[in-house]
Amino acid sequence: MSGDVAILGVGMHPWGKWGNDFTEYGMVAARRALGDAGLEWNDIGYVAGADTIRNGYPGFIAGATFAQKLGWTGVRVSSSYAACASGAHALHNARAQILAGFCDVALVVGADTTPKGFFAPVGGERTNDPDWLRFRVLGATNPTYFALYARRRMDLYGATNDDFALVKVKNSRHGLDNPNARFRKEASVDDVAASPIVADPLRLLDICATSDGGAAMVVSSMDFARRHLGSTDSIPRVRAVSTVTPRYPQTVLELPDFATDSSATVAPPARGFRDSIAWSAYEEAGIGPDDLSLAEVYDLSTALELDWYENIGLCGEGEAEALLRSGATTVGGRIPVNPSGGLACFGEAIPAQAIAQVCEVVWQLRGEAGARQVEGATVGVTANQGLFGHGSSVVVST
Amino acid sequence: MVDGWFTVEGEPHLIGAKCPACATIVFPPRGGACPNPACDSDELDPTPLSRRGRVWSYTENHYPPPPPYVAADPFEPYALAAVELSAEGIVVLGQVAKGVRAADLRVGMEMQVAVEVLSHDDDHDTLVYVWEPVP
Repeated sequence: MSGDVAILGVGMHPWGKWGNDFTEYGMVAARRALGDAGLEWNDIGYVAGADTIRNGYPGFIAGATFAQKLGWTGVRVSSSYAACASGAHALHNARAQILAGFCDVALVVGADTTPKGFFAPVGGERTNDPDWLRFRVLGATNPTYFALYARRRMDLYGATNDDFALVKVKNSRHGLDNPNARFRKEASVDDVAASPIVADPLRLLDICATSDGGAAMVVSSMDFARRHLGSTDSIPRVRAVSTVTPRYPQTVLELPDFATDSSATVAPPARGFRDSIAWSAYEEAGIGPDDLSLAEVYDLSTALELDWYENIGLCGEGEAEALLRSGATTVGGRIPVNPSGGLACFGEAIPAQAIAQVCEVVWQLRGEAGARQVEGATVGVTANQGLFGHGSSVVVST
Repeated sequence: MVDGWFTVEGEPHLIGAKCPACATIVFPPRGGACPNPACDSDELDPTPLSRRGRVWSYTENHYPPPPPYVAADPFEPYALAAVELSAEGIVVLGQVAKGVRAADLRVGMEMQVAVEVLSHDDDHDTLVYVWEPVP
């Protein structure tokens, strides 16, 4: 299809709590992606950086920061911030540059160094910033919102703490041998139950940590890929990138808001925001959820992974717990979800995370995922949402 | 900081803003353009919101939130609830009245607005709206 771009190389700096400068992680990931693609830094015509807002000015201009780190070549750059969706926005920029014919091959890179503990708002007293206000007025942390969604599943669909814990059990097994994962230790339902409550009903092991890490990919036009590789047969390609925002009225309470939009005068859209994220990507790629070999979804909490099953169309509303318990979403099942181990094993490195999701799909499609390999994988989707209305979903297929 | 978000006169209730052209509602209250993409209005007027609604969901914070939240020391877990106001078609997140815990709440339960002290700074009390179960 004419709208495809080829993914020539992917690479990561392992996730952890290393405490180094974020540019180090980005550089390591970029060099690995370049090596994986069999290309030199000089071959890159465009750098799409995904920004971090917790590392000062260099983080706000990530494209230039990474270009300088790798050595100025005169390369064109962009820097994207879209919260957790930043990596997908960077990919979207790179793809647009390639499809418009402005460059043949682009580097997409994101990396972060994170503070300890809860994410807090950026400093200063900013009474017009909802992200500052929700902490000041309500003490509403990110897990507070995750817990609202989890509790709703319990009261409406009969989900249990054990259901949530089983997501952690599954993902912890998936990530055991993933060399880029930060947490590589099996967790049991009892381990989750023994961890302290953070935001009822979610416990510490239900909630993803904040991590350091970096991820990168090298993408190109299909023509460049053909010239570079001789053939594009079975090369993973980006089939769709969804970066949708909500349609008014947005009727689910989202970070960092105090309230939803009003549905009193305008009826809610037929497809809510979270559903629209992956479905927009499916429509662009001309596929549906039945075509998927695997999915990488944003398990900020265990319970949120269950919400995603429904949002990306793997099952109907209220059916996610049954799907999980059937084993369908475990590697070896019908539609494995988070074979990488997900955020449960990585923790969140915001600007790198959406890129890391795509890296995993690429390794799966190439059959290079080792013990977590999904047999015969040909199509994967990623789904992610950043606060302030940023959707992100990428469809990759061979 | 939250001036104009609620009133303590008479029975406490929240104050939102309403578009004079299309009648859409926003909370917290603000001026400026109507959020309805089909409406060109540049004004929003303060408007009282329904005092009562039903629980959309709820939780309880067991760790002190980071600054700028002013956490009690020693910290006591406290509940938050997102409450749906049916006439306005919005869900509003707030802390739950002191002494009411998550175990006391359920999705669909009827709640009403009350006002409590959020924090003390320099002999000045900052008030905040809270949700409490309808007695």
